[in-house]
Amino acid sequence: MVKKAIALALILGLGLIFAALLLGYAPDAALNETAAYYATRTADEIGAQNIVTAIIVTYRGLDTLGEVTVLFLTAAIVGLVLSRTRAGDNAPRLSDLPPPGELLEIGTKLLVPLILLFGAYVFINGHLTPGGGFQGGAILASAILLMLLTDPLRRSSHRLISRIESSAGLFYVVIGVLGAALAGGFLDNRILPLGEFGALFSAGAIPVIYALIGLKVGAEFSSMMVSLSETEDE
Amino acid sequence: MDIFLLADEHLGLFNYWIVIVLMMSGFYVVIAQHNLLKKVVGLNIFQVSVFLFYISMGKVDGGSAPIFKDGVEVLSNPLPHVLILTAIVVGVAATALALALVVRIKHAFGTVEEDEIQAIEHDEEDIA
Repeated sequence: MVKKAIALALILGLGLIFAALLLGYAPDAALNETAAYYATRTADEIGAQNIVTAIIVTYRGLDTLGEVTVLFLTAAIVGLVLSRTRAGDNAPRLSDLPPPGELLEIGTKLLVPLILLFGAYVFINGHLTPGGGFQGGAILASAILLMLLTDPLRRSSHRLISRIESSAGLFYVVIGVLGAALAGGFLDNRILPLGEFGALFSAGAIPVIYALIGLKVGAEFSSMMVSLSETEDE
Repeated sequence: MDIFLLADEHLGLFNYWIVIVLMMSGFYVVIAQHNLLKKVVGLNIFQVSVFLFYISMGKVDGGSAPIFKDGVEVLSNPLPHVLILTAIVVGVAATALALALVVRIKHAFGTVEEDEIQAIEHDEEDIA
């Protein structure tokens, strides 16, 4: 109890300090130098409407490759950490569990294709609207989550997930190398024509790269969830 | 009158007040809760407050989202959005890893309560 009181006092004090800092704060009136650089050059150089996408996929494309690698490593480590506790042959049979119910089953059948379609829409339109590969990938994974919730014992194909994941990663790197060979540098999007500004097929290779990132992220999140769901209960 | 004036002046900073509340509640959960799952949730709340803070900082007075569109003159700062997109993804990865470790701890100790785990470890030391 004393510990909690001390924690509460500490937090109130910190909150007061932050509040005092906040009282003198005024929002920016204009873009700073770095942001203005990207804001003025994106339309001509990259051809993407969404500046955030232009920075993530092209200007700082290498960092994004690293970020996807972080996700891959995490998925691998989650699988490794949980590998010893994975349910073996003595896992509960389907008949041991209560059935998921008609509402959930039909709802899943209805929603999963729509969610997958929405995820694909989000990552293909990443250069035009808010969203992109990471968001679309998370939406794809939420469809897998729904399927796992309906049928917890479904043994999803690890092989399919890891094939999608590794081939998306491979093509991502291949496109990056093509950028270095044919255009200005690694992951340069101008290996494809920039097209008409604001059209779906514009901004060079960005839609392709973001679709690959979407598939990769979706596969990685799915493999983490499958690893967690296949863990044996006490 | 004074209070209304003060409220008017600081309501523009509404996002930041939410940030402080979220950050402090997340921090409190991390410190005060013994349940490891709740600690992970607290860490996530803390994280969300930082995301909100950065995105709010990127707002330029009267600016729209950093996407070119007809009729939009002023854009907000795109760089915090980029940073936070990365941070969200890494945050999800870290949460997944933390949850996997909690599952392992539950297998090893049979509990996710921090004080019970410490008690078990203490007993083992005594026996050894």
